[in-house]
Amino acid sequence: MSQSLDDMYREIILDHFRSPRGKKPLEHSNIESDGMNPSCGDEISLQVEMDKGVLKDVHVNCRGCAISVASGSMLAETVKGKSFEEVEKLAETVRKMLKGESSEIPDEFGDLDALKGVRQFPVRVKCALLAWVTLVEGMRKYRNGDSGKAVISTEDPEVTG
Amino acid sequence: MARRMSADGYGKIISIVGKPMGLDVERIKADFPILIEPINGHRLVYLDSAATSQKPRVVINAILDYYRKSNANIHRGLHALAERATESYEKTRRHVAQFVGGVDPHEIIFTRGATESINLVAYTWGETNIGEGDEIVITEMEHHANLVPWVILAQRKKAILKRIPITVCGHIDLSSIEDIITSRTKLVALSHMSNVLGTISPLAEIIAVAKRHGAVVLADGAQAAPHMPVNLTTLGVDFYAFSSHKMLGPTGVGVLWGRRALLEAMPPFNFGCEMNREVRYDRITWNDLPHKFEAGTPNIADVVAFDAALTYLEDLGMENVRAHEMELTKYAIEQLSAIPGIEIQGPQEPEQRGGAISFTDPNIHPHDISTFLDSKGIAIRAGHHCAQPLVRTLGKVATARASLYIYNDQGDIDALCDALIEMRKYFGV
Repeated sequence: MSQSLDDMYREIILDHFRSPRGKKPLEHSNIESDGMNPSCGDEISLQVEMDKGVLKDVHVNCRGCAISVASGSMLAETVKGKSFEEVEKLAETVRKMLKGESSEIPDEFGDLDALKGVRQFPVRVKCALLAWVTLVEGMRKYRNGDSGKAVISTEDPEVTG
Repeated sequence: MARRMSADGYGKIISIVGKPMGLDVERIKADFPILIEPINGHRLVYLDSAATSQKPRVVINAILDYYRKSNANIHRGLHALAERATESYEKTRRHVAQFVGGVDPHEIIFTRGATESINLVAYTWGETNIGEGDEIVITEMEHHANLVPWVILAQRKKAILKRIPITVCGHIDLSSIEDIITSRTKLVALSHMSNVLGTISPLAEIIAVAKRHGAVVLADGAQAAPHMPVNLTTLGVDFYAFSSHKMLGPTGVGVLWGRRALLEAMPPFNFGCEMNREVRYDRITWNDLPHKFEAGTPNIADVVAFDAALTYLEDLGMENVRAHEMELTKYAIEQLSAIPGIEIQGPQEPEQRGGAISFTDPNIHPHDISTFLDSKGIAIRAGHHCAQPLVRTLGKVATARASLYIYNDQGDIDALCDALIEMRKYFGV
């Protein structure tokens, strides 16, 4: 197997792809956000339950490639218990790592570190970003009191930076 | 050689009709320098010819030769090189006219590609012939090139865009065609062969209905012209568009064929040099066909090299190309269908389809399929294939597509299938 293929499809990524976390739909959610990646056809739906300013629980339903599914699964695992500000900061670190703008990997990154192999496949960066931009946009709308549910697109440069 | 030349060189090219001869694929492969290029440490298995074909050495050399020996602007200079370049360019036009069944070379217009050929018709014929309430009929299996220009034209003219559906098996559904094509239908624009499903359109049946209502018929031949004999003197369409780069020629060259009377009545597409005869500040007269539609300096070198591609295909014989691909498509469908989970989109009968074979796996996204195959040196296409509405109709977000050509053999299909079996283990599905 070629080195770069195993760099992208790390065992951790394949594990998240085969058994995604956050699969169970939430009974009570404060935030619902849908995202899509028009160029690949990846689609994601997120639900978030808020409690005392932190993300208490997250449900992720992603229909897409291994990278988008794994990234969504990792998101479900890492954002629980974090505040909006912490999630925004984490999403920005993920974005910088995927775009090769920063090699700084925080300790609490956990499995997310495995996504850095995606950097070698520029067309797949959007797949890895999908869950993150969908969550961040959903949080922003919630914070602004906007209850409408727009579909977030990774083709929007405002969204993916 | 399945071809004879007449005494005047490029005048008549007569295919010897008879039993198709098998292609010597090993010899053909040797004519394509890129096929020895290692990809990710593997032999290249190129299964993406529906996107673009590879180029034989004779075409690559023709580009070099043109710039080394003949480069000059055409139709203007009075020096020897200009004459040489003009003659080479016009020789390809005559050759294209022969290749598609012996039409009038004045009806052959060079464009940048099939997309531009169709846009040319939309912006000239469409602009003058489509009005409010008129109907434009397409099918559900159109590439964006033969879809978006008509969507935009219909919006611009307040015309009605109608669709001929496809069946679940990926055939064109003719059952309601009498309701779809009506006396208000001005244009029927359809793919001759689908780039996603491989489906060959039942042109004769559709043309018969269209003609009864006096509608003009345009066929997008981008996938058909490279893979099967096309005779525009008998096909019955009024416009036909195709691209050089999908049939062994260079990128950046397309062809629009149209009936002379239609082309003569159409306004020019681009304005500038070459497309006019006399220019005054207050009055400009258009040039004759085909120059009226070829403003500015065209892609001379690539048009010239396209000639070598046509010769290469004629030497093989288009009947033989078609027979080879039918046989290989049959083999590929059999082998792919035998892999658990792999689902083939489109008709299964090789007689009714070409060698663009879309497939899906219920658990693995086409982009993952493509990335995995690429690591084995196997090039396929994954995505919506510039046919988003069609892929949506199929109920998919994307498909993987392996597409065949003259340089592919059973060994290439075996490599694809072996890799797909390994892939399913790799992703653990």
